Amino acid sequence: MLLGKLTLDAIPFHEPIIMGALSGAGLMGLVVFALITKFGKWGYLWKEWLTSVDHKKIGVMYIVVALIMLLRGFADAAMMRTQLALATNGHMGIFPPEHYDQIFTAHGVIMIIFMAMPFMTGLMNIVVPLQVGARDVAFPFLNSLSFWLLVSAVVLVNLSLGVGEFARTGWVAYPPLSELSYSPGVGVDYYIWALQISGIGTTLTAINFLVTIIKMRAPGLKLMQIPIFTWTCTWANVLIVASFPILTGVLAMLSLDRYLDFHFFTSEAGGNPMMYINLFWAWGHPEVYILVLPAFGIFSEVISTFSGKRLFGHTSMIIASGVISVLGFIVWLHHFFTMGSGADVNAFFGIATMIISVPTGVKLFNWLFTIYRGRLRFTTPVLWTLGFMVTFSIGGMTGVLLAVPGADFLLHNSLFLIAHFHNTIIGGAVFGYLAGFTFWFPKAFGFKLNEKIGKAAFWFWQSGFFFAFVPLYVLGFLGMTRRLNHTDNPAWDPWLYVALFGAVLVACGIACQLLQIVVSLRDRKKLVDETGDPWNGHTLEWSTSSPPPFYNFAVVPQVHDIDAFTDMKEKGIAYVAPAKYAPIHMPKNTSAGVYIGAFCTVFGFAMIWHIWWLAIVGFVGILASMLARAYDNDIDYYVQPEEIERIERQRLAKLGIDVERYDERDTGKSAARPSKAKTLEQV
Amino acid sequence: MASNANLVHGAHAHDEHEHHDSGPSTVLGFWIYLMTDCILFASAFAAYAVLFGNVNGGVSGKDIFELKYVLVETFALLFSSITYGFAMISAHKGNKSAVLGWLAVTFLFGATFIGMELNEFHHLIAEGHGPQTSAFLSSFFALVGLHGLHVTAGLVWMAVMMTEVVKTGLTSRSLTRLNCLSLFWHFLDIVWICVFTVVYLKGAM
Ligand code: HEM
Ligand SMILES: [Cu+2]
Repeated sequence: MLLGKLTLDAIPFHEPIIMGALSGAGLMGLVVFALITKFGKWGYLWKEWLTSVDHKKIGVMYIVVALIMLLRGFADAAMMRTQLALATNGHMGIFPPEHYDQIFTAHGVIMIIFMAMPFMTGLMNIVVPLQVGARDVAFPFLNSLSFWLLVSAVVLVNLSLGVGEFARTGWVAYPPLSELSYSPGVGVDYYIWALQISGIGTTLTAINFLVTIIKMRAPGLKLMQIPIFTWTCTWANVLIVASFPILTGVLAMLSLDRYLDFHFFTSEAGGNPMMYINLFWAWGHPEVYILVLPAFGIFSEVISTFSGKRLFGHTSMIIASGVISVLGFIVWLHHFFTMGSGADVNAFFGIATMIISVPTGVKLFNWLFTIYRGRLRFTTPVLWTLGFMVTFSIGGMTGVLLAVPGADFLLHNSLFLIAHFHNTIIGGAVFGYLAGFTFWFPKAFGFKLNEKIGKAAFWFWQSGFFFAFVPLYVLGFLGMTRRLNHTDNPAWDPWLYVALFGAVLVACGIACQLLQIVVSLRDRKKLVDETGDPWNGHTLEWSTSSPPPFYNFAVVPQVHDIDAFTDMKEKGIAYVAPAKYAPIHMPKNTSAGVYIGAFCTVFGFAMIWHIWWLAIVGFVGILASMLARAYDNDIDYYVQPEEIERIERQRLAKLGIDVERYDERDTGKSAARPSKAKTLEQV
Repeated sequence: MASNANLVHGAHAHDEHEHHDSGPSTVLGFWIYLMTDCILFASAFAAYAVLFGNVNGGVSGKDIFELKYVLVETFALLFSSITYGFAMISAHKGNKSAVLGWLAVTFLFGATFIGMELNEFHHLIAEGHGPQTSAFLSSFFALVGLHGLHVTAGLVWMAVMMTEVVKTGLTSRSLTRLNCLSLFWHFLDIVWICVFTVVYLKGAM
């Protein structure tokens, strides 16, 4: 009773694969723990990172989580590909159905909620405040809290590996399968609470960034001059604010069904399972645009920077993103044309879906026109962008095909669908994040990533992607449905083998990426970027040092142009020190977010296992930590001009600017630009 | 409302640039949060609209809603909004004891509302019309209960704010917070009017 449904049986001792994975993960954890202890870095980690409210550090932590989850999600994918390559001709492969079903569910949930979302949020955290010339986000503590809510959910999902089970329902958890009568275990509860907690974190992030973008822009920065990445993030945040509450609601209803015997979605007592599916996709479709719009923003920044030109059609890009966002809300039914809502309804949603390809096409042409007559530098981010343009176009076209209700009746839930959405989500979102990762890495860390290995990573991913997913289009036409545990059709086998080969190539790509980080870390002296502007960038984030000082801008910049930093460089005011620095108001670090996140984990775990007393403990803990934070008066301070001066002088010295000359600055306009800064702009 | 918060802002940090967690930003953020809440309620309303005919052979709205009772409940909540308005007027005048008084009155009205709602729920369950009986009752309890949970949270928040005002007086921080609670409280009133119309009035017809 004291431990609810939790008993020792919850730990899968009899499953060698799970136990192997667990001990592997445990071992790695131990090594990391030991290393941190050995080098005495716990205090540093706690003070400088875990309790930090600095948006740049929070962004880095988001991306670390995303990369770890990419490994886990990909491990799941590799297991599925292996299983399906083995389990044919009467063999059953290595995973029994009840385990395999958890793998594809975990893969989908992890990749979307715990890999793609944090990756996007991390890049947004690092870049958006810098692009709008702000010193932090509007609510720095809330930002830290959002991150810790995500971590709390990540902990729950990964706990399910060793304690109990994960859902076997697919990542959408459709009822009645996800109802108590068909899923009596704790798997669906893990799913519910993990999504619920991280979803609330996401909503808070969106509110935070909307206020930041609306209220904290640098003077002179007009709405239509906001850089395109920030604009696409703005649209994504609007979508989050408008759609995530639906997810919160639908999960709450499912919880009521499971915990208190309500009948929202059961197939008895008048419940309506199709309502779940409608509500789920009313969130789920906007969600895919939440993932992909910021990626579009990244491609735009990359293409314009490396073409050495202003982005073609900045305004049309903003409007196209807005149109996509609005249309994204009236297409959800294309996920279940087969529901039987009739020809008229299906026709409406089919056509609405096809119309989305129009603003998307506008974007594609904008990118092409940006490249046109530019001098494109073929760096790693550019390769990702070009790869995206090809891959995403194919995904978009197969999407338009699926939007034809008649065709969808044949292809629904086949591997054709799986190929389609991986085509868009990998070719669109993931390639975008990886481009952004390479593009802004020097900004966050002060040194560039190794180009050679980065390019190798791209080619492995790109070729691996086609080998892994083109066969799935074929298999879809051959009639293979999704979520199969084993097959018995010899005609499918060759394609399944090719798909496995593709997954191996992707694995090489991921390995290259890890290698790239390690090698670049080793060679960081060689790869160092002292200018803060390694690519001859256009927007404000490149105007500060790399990594930026914690206050971002010693003096808040005055903006006159879309490409604010290009404008400053042209006018020769890019690296000029001001006559005098003013004190800067900054937030203090706080551990409140860590505690609230920890209590959320306790609360979620207790709810999953029906340990009611512990749930109360968790809930009271959450409330108490929030109150403690609300009445903490020691939350901010001023950075004094002397300290700013000291930091800025170091930067100027690195730039080769004669610091002494600046001491005479009060006497005259000593804005004579340093020679080195000039050459910087011409590289 | 945002400008009111602005007036009293000088008490805190005042450099020329943005302040963290400063009043106007907080109020804007709170507005956006309310919009998300609006959509949460919209989902609950949508579920109710889909399920309210699915009575599973049991009672329907006509059989169980007592309009007069709910009208009294409604007025308790509407009055509480008016009294909260008085609390805000006093707050902007800087009259601490009037603020406390009006908050207390508001709290009592709110508590009356919640008490009556709990009583209604209790009756229904005791008569065998609990949320487990039919999809209609599930969605009814969830929608009305969601609103009730919000009001309860508002009451807790109000109690905390009263303590804050007693302890620290009307600082710019507590004014911003009172402002947010004010938005929250009026928002719940509007939602309740929708609940009253869509659930009770329509259901009793
Ligand atoms: C990196 C290479 C990847 C490979 C090899 C891969 C492979 C697979 C496979 C084999 C399935 C199961 C198909 C079936 O039902 O038979 C699957 C499903 C899925 N994948 Fe991936 N995937 C990859 C990346 C991603 C990424 C990056 C995302 C999202 C950001 C993603 C999201 C999903 C989702 C949502 C499902 C559906 C799960 C379900 O059936 O509920 N995948 N993937
Ligand atoms: Cu969709």
